[in-house]
Amino acid sequence: MPEIAEPRPLLVQIYRMLMADKFALCGVIFLIILAVSAIFGPIFLEDAATRPNLRGRNAPPLSMENGWVNFLGTDSVGRSMLARILVASRNTLQISFISVFVALSIGCALGLIAGYSTPRTSNLILRGADIIMSFPSLLLAVIVLYMLEPSIFNLVLVLAITRVPVYLRTTRAEVLEVRERMFVQAAVVMGASKRRIILRHILPMVIPTLITIATLDFAFVMLAESSLSFLGIGIQPPDITWGLMVAQGRPYLVQAWWLAFWPGLAIILTTMSLNLLSIWMRTALDPVQRWRLEIGRKTND
Amino acid sequence: MKAFIGKRAISSVISLVGLIIMVFFLSRLTGDPTALYLPLDASIESRELFRELHGLNDSIWLQFWNYVQDIARLDFGDSIRRSRPALEVVLEAFPWTLLLAFITMILVTFFAVLIGSLAAFRAGGVFDRFTSTFSLIGSSAPDFWVAIVAIVIFAVQLRWLPTSGTGTIWHWILPITVLFIRPFGLILQVVRGSMISVLSSAYIKTARAKGVKTRPIIFVHALRNAMLPVITVIGDQAAAMLNGAVVVETIFGFPGIGKLMIDSILQRDFTVILAAIMVTALAIFIMNLLIDLAYTLLDPRIRY
Repeated sequence: MPEIAEPRPLLVQIYRMLMADKFALCGVIFLIILAVSAIFGPIFLEDAATRPNLRGRNAPPLSMENGWVNFLGTDSVGRSMLARILVASRNTLQISFISVFVALSIGCALGLIAGYSTPRTSNLILRGADIIMSFPSLLLAVIVLYMLEPSIFNLVLVLAITRVPVYLRTTRAEVLEVRERMFVQAAVVMGASKRRIILRHILPMVIPTLITIATLDFAFVMLAESSLSFLGIGIQPPDITWGLMVAQGRPYLVQAWWLAFWPGLAIILTTMSLNLLSIWMRTALDPVQRWRLEIGRKTND
Repeated sequence: MKAFIGKRAISSVISLVGLIIMVFFLSRLTGDPTALYLPLDASIESRELFRELHGLNDSIWLQFWNYVQDIARLDFGDSIRRSRPALEVVLEAFPWTLLLAFITMILVTFFAVLIGSLAAFRAGGVFDRFTSTFSLIGSSAPDFWVAIVAIVIFAVQLRWLPTSGTGTIWHWILPITVLFIRPFGLILQVVRGSMISVLSSAYIKTARAKGVKTRPIIFVHALRNAMLPVITVIGDQAAAMLNGAVVVETIFGFPGIGKLMIDSILQRDFTVILAAIMVTALAIFIMNLLIDLAYTLLDPRIRY
């Protein structure tokens, strides 16, 4: 009898598949560094990010003269750019993460309902999604943020609502496909309750797709938040996000380009990492495609 | 086909009505509506006068009825800052945005289809990898940042192009380029993916076996079928272009509807915002219908 190899632990599998895609690996490393510094950085650098230092105004970047904290230069009142970017990253990432999480949860729940209920309920839910989809998300956010106050809570609310249809439609489409499969039919025949079928049989099939979309969406939401903050209707000072930092650096573009350049670069690198990660996930989470990453590994044991 | 178009039109109308209702209730039920129409430092007396004048003391249903009637008559009231009908202000700005979006979309479609098809033909090749990288960077870059960096390089340092305005053809280059980048990257990827799957189908192999040259195979045989998913994405992106237009117009001082909306928000000119929303929604509604029509014309299999 041929021996069946023990499946490797999950982390080892992920590590091996990441090694097969060097771009995704770079993206993941960048995101991990970013997440760690966004969580712990502000604890040490809060002071450098808020205390003005009028003698060290607009210090140019890429020199160690003013200490490593000012390696990326200082802004118009002498605050360290590096520290400010880290403090802003916390806001930027937090807002995007919560928005995506809320949109994912609501969209997934509604999608499951729409995919597994009467046509009438399903139609009602889809029409609602159509209304949101039929209008450009940024314009919708602009209007709502004008009528409500531009606070962090409202910003998250608006961003989440505009993204719900994406998850809703994906979930529904997947549910419609999965519910016809043999194992679901079998569960129905064996008398499983609707609730059990949805939560135990269908949901686990849908989640990988949703997580891949959420990764890409994180980048989209981050760009949307940055645009809103840049236009002055998102996060309000003294709170800062990357988009707001670009806006604040704009008047000084000619004298001190680094004020607007670094936060913009931070946005690009983050969205690019997320894009690369989602491309990798699309392959890694798909059982039909996964072999491409498993076979691509260099070392064989 | 008529039934299909009719069905789509009805569902778009429902969306439009939903939007109108949402805007009304958001504007009336979240705090004091006079705060939306009047400047922040308006006195209590002027607020009371405004309430009296515009029937804001009536019951919410009567207000809603009046609001619906006004919209049906295309009467959005006067712009408070400009003391002209709001609709007039909006319709003045709208053609600018339309032209900007139209030119950009034509360029995007042309280049995305051309380059995407060529990349798909040698998938995995040097050209393909180069375009993939470019489209990845393009879709990751925030447009407002690209815009201001472009201004610093091309307008301030090199002095090749003007920073803002619409006077000459040179004024259009930077806004169009910035607007171009993101939809180009996205549509390019869709064209490439769709083209790869079409190129592997049997009828293409037949054509190749018969000795048809490469260029007609890509641009005549394959393209027509590969365009179907692309059309949908082009429609989505054309609507999403208004997102970009808000940012780009504001930065380049371009007198379109995006800049008008942001200006009206900063000046708290609510009637103009309302009129702009309705005009935009209507434009998107018409565009969606056109996309559906294009779809049915391209694919004779679709007979709803």
